[in-house]
Amino acid sequence: MKIYVPRDAAALGVGADQTAQAIVAEAQRRGVAVELIRNGSRGLLWLEPLVEVDVAGTRMAYGPVQSHDVAGLFDAGFTSGKPHALSHGVTEDIPYLKRQERLTFARVGITDPRSLEDYKKHGGYRGLTAALAQAPAQIVASVTESGLRGRGGAAFPAGIKWKTVLGAPGAQKYVVCNADEGDSGTFSDRMLMEGDPFALIEGMTIAGLATGATQGYIYLRWEYPQAKVALEAAIAAARAARYLGPDIQGSGKGFELEVRMGAGAYICGEETSLLDSLEGKRGQVRFKPPLPALQGLWGRPTVINNVITFASVPIILDRGAKFYQHFGMGRSRGTLPMQLAGNIKHGGLVEIAFGMTLRELLYDFGGGSFSGRPIRAVQVGGPLGAYHPESQFDTPLDYEAFAAIKGMLGHGGLVAFDDSVDMAAQARYAMEFCAIESCGKCTPCRIGSTRGVEVIDRLIAGEDAAKQEAILRDLCETLTYGSLCALGGLTPYPVISALNHFPQDFVKPVRASSAAG
Amino acid sequence: MSDQASRRVIPIKVEPASSLSAAQRTAVLDACARLKALPGALLPILHAVQEALRFVPKDAVPLIARELNLSVAEVHGVVSFYHYFLQERPGRHVVHLCRAEACQALGSVALEAHVKATLGVDFHGTTRDGAITLEPVYCLGNCALGPSLMIDEQLHGRITPDRFDALMTQNRERT
Repeated sequence: MKIYVPRDAAALGVGADQTAQAIVAEAQRRGVAVELIRNGSRGLLWLEPLVEVDVAGTRMAYGPVQSHDVAGLFDAGFTSGKPHALSHGVTEDIPYLKRQERLTFARVGITDPRSLEDYKKHGGYRGLTAALAQAPAQIVASVTESGLRGRGGAAFPAGIKWKTVLGAPGAQKYVVCNADEGDSGTFSDRMLMEGDPFALIEGMTIAGLATGATQGYIYLRWEYPQAKVALEAAIAAARAARYLGPDIQGSGKGFELEVRMGAGAYICGEETSLLDSLEGKRGQVRFKPPLPALQGLWGRPTVINNVITFASVPIILDRGAKFYQHFGMGRSRGTLPMQLAGNIKHGGLVEIAFGMTLRELLYDFGGGSFSGRPIRAVQVGGPLGAYHPESQFDTPLDYEAFAAIKGMLGHGGLVAFDDSVDMAAQARYAMEFCAIESCGKCTPCRIGSTRGVEVIDRLIAGEDAAKQEAILRDLCETLTYGSLCALGGLTPYPVISALNHFPQDFVKPVRASSAAG
Repeated sequence: MSDQASRRVIPIKVEPASSLSAAQRTAVLDACARLKALPGALLPILHAVQEALRFVPKDAVPLIARELNLSVAEVHGVVSFYHYFLQERPGRHVVHLCRAEACQALGSVALEAHVKATLGVDFHGTTRDGAITLEPVYCLGNCALGPSLMIDEQLHGRITPDRFDALMTQNRERT
């Protein structure tokens, strides 16, 4: 009998290893033969550790299962899918999962991430097989036609980037995966790398074929040690089966792949900093132009995309650009794996076509706040994303719709805060974070962020508040227009949105009483 | 012409002055020897040094610089740029406490105060018994199950002050 216990880091963080050990021990004691599979997470993170039992080909879910629950589950007969206080019935029928449109995450939580055979059994490497039969320009055309835009945050059309690299002259080109997922509230890259690493490898290999690049690097943050193990195991398996190496599946075309570890610098999620870091330098932002597509890693033409972008490519090649393009709205095509995080009851991963509203995500999927108090603000798009008040919760998930309300979807992270949040403190933190993580290359970001913290402190203290607010807005304008990259350029988003939508938080009662006296 | 005869050999100090122990020195040189052929070898080497020694000692810097034919300033610049590389020897366990927004939404600011008070250290500090070094981290990718922290390479979610205290007791016993 097959029992699934996730090895996803989030599941491990709430005791999945102990649960797995308890299941094996209990099965032994009872003389039940169990095949334990350590899958990725289904993304229903509030139910982790989510244990699944395969009952005649149907997977039944139980969660959250702690090690001390295991004996009781055996007593209740969970090995034959019998009910228990922790049971959720058939996994696929759980509404949170059933309502999703999983394309990129189709296999995550289902397959054994260490098994190439399982990957292939679930549609893996069909995209690469299709790509091997096509000319590079044809592959690029499919990616362009699919409407896939960079999922890292900037949403630049992937096909256009690839076309530039394909057309760039150069004997050596590179494919680089940005797996430096530093935005708070995001974990889709991590879940994919841990739960379906072959999808990323296949996507990068296709990018290599499409552009003539023969060497790939995955730049992975150190905070994801589980992902490193999963990726390296998958790379070794792919190489052994000749899906990587000098002669991919007898095509005569080669592609090699290596994982490189970051070292705790948020700025290295910015593509040019990442390239400098890969080259062994301080991760400082480069001037653009030249574009990395023309002069990227070691000055060579380089495709650099996010994990989810690459992992979305195999299905486009397999099912066709039209299939992928069919999902979504406006210029936002396909699906976006959203991540529900922070003070949310049902936190997890929700992959859906663009177009759903923030409110549907927060309440229909998220179930409201974790604390049970009203949700007051939601930060969308990571630490550089805006704070949205309740009045904006009906905004559809669409790159342009968020841009129109001075926000951004970014990498799809959504952090909910209840009504105990102090938005002035959040604004101050945004500036503080920018000061800590600034690479120091441009002045608005390096100096402006520290000045920003000071100005917000004076504003909160009520020292000539009107003047401080004017200075803060002016400073934010300087950051927006004067910074070299998105760190300095977008830090004003959380600051100004907090100030605009929650001005009362910047007025302290202390000041009110002193003003009255 | 007596150029050859008059040319004096000026001895070059090949080994940078160092307070590294023999074992540390070997670990650094071994990391360099194994990895220096890689393109962009510096970060992989620093990771290997930190993995072997648990930090990057100050005197490892000139040694690495020599092996990679870089200046000491270049290597120091890289070591000091990245938050993950520790320049001082840490305690027996390193606790990375998440300070980012998703954890803040679940009370990490109060947790942070509790952690600092019970350990008696601020960020980058090591407890007096040498057991724990406290470091800040900006997102562990566990944003749906915060507040989060990492002890060495083990992630823990849904941390409360009580759970933190229990984890510290466990880890102190584990040495």
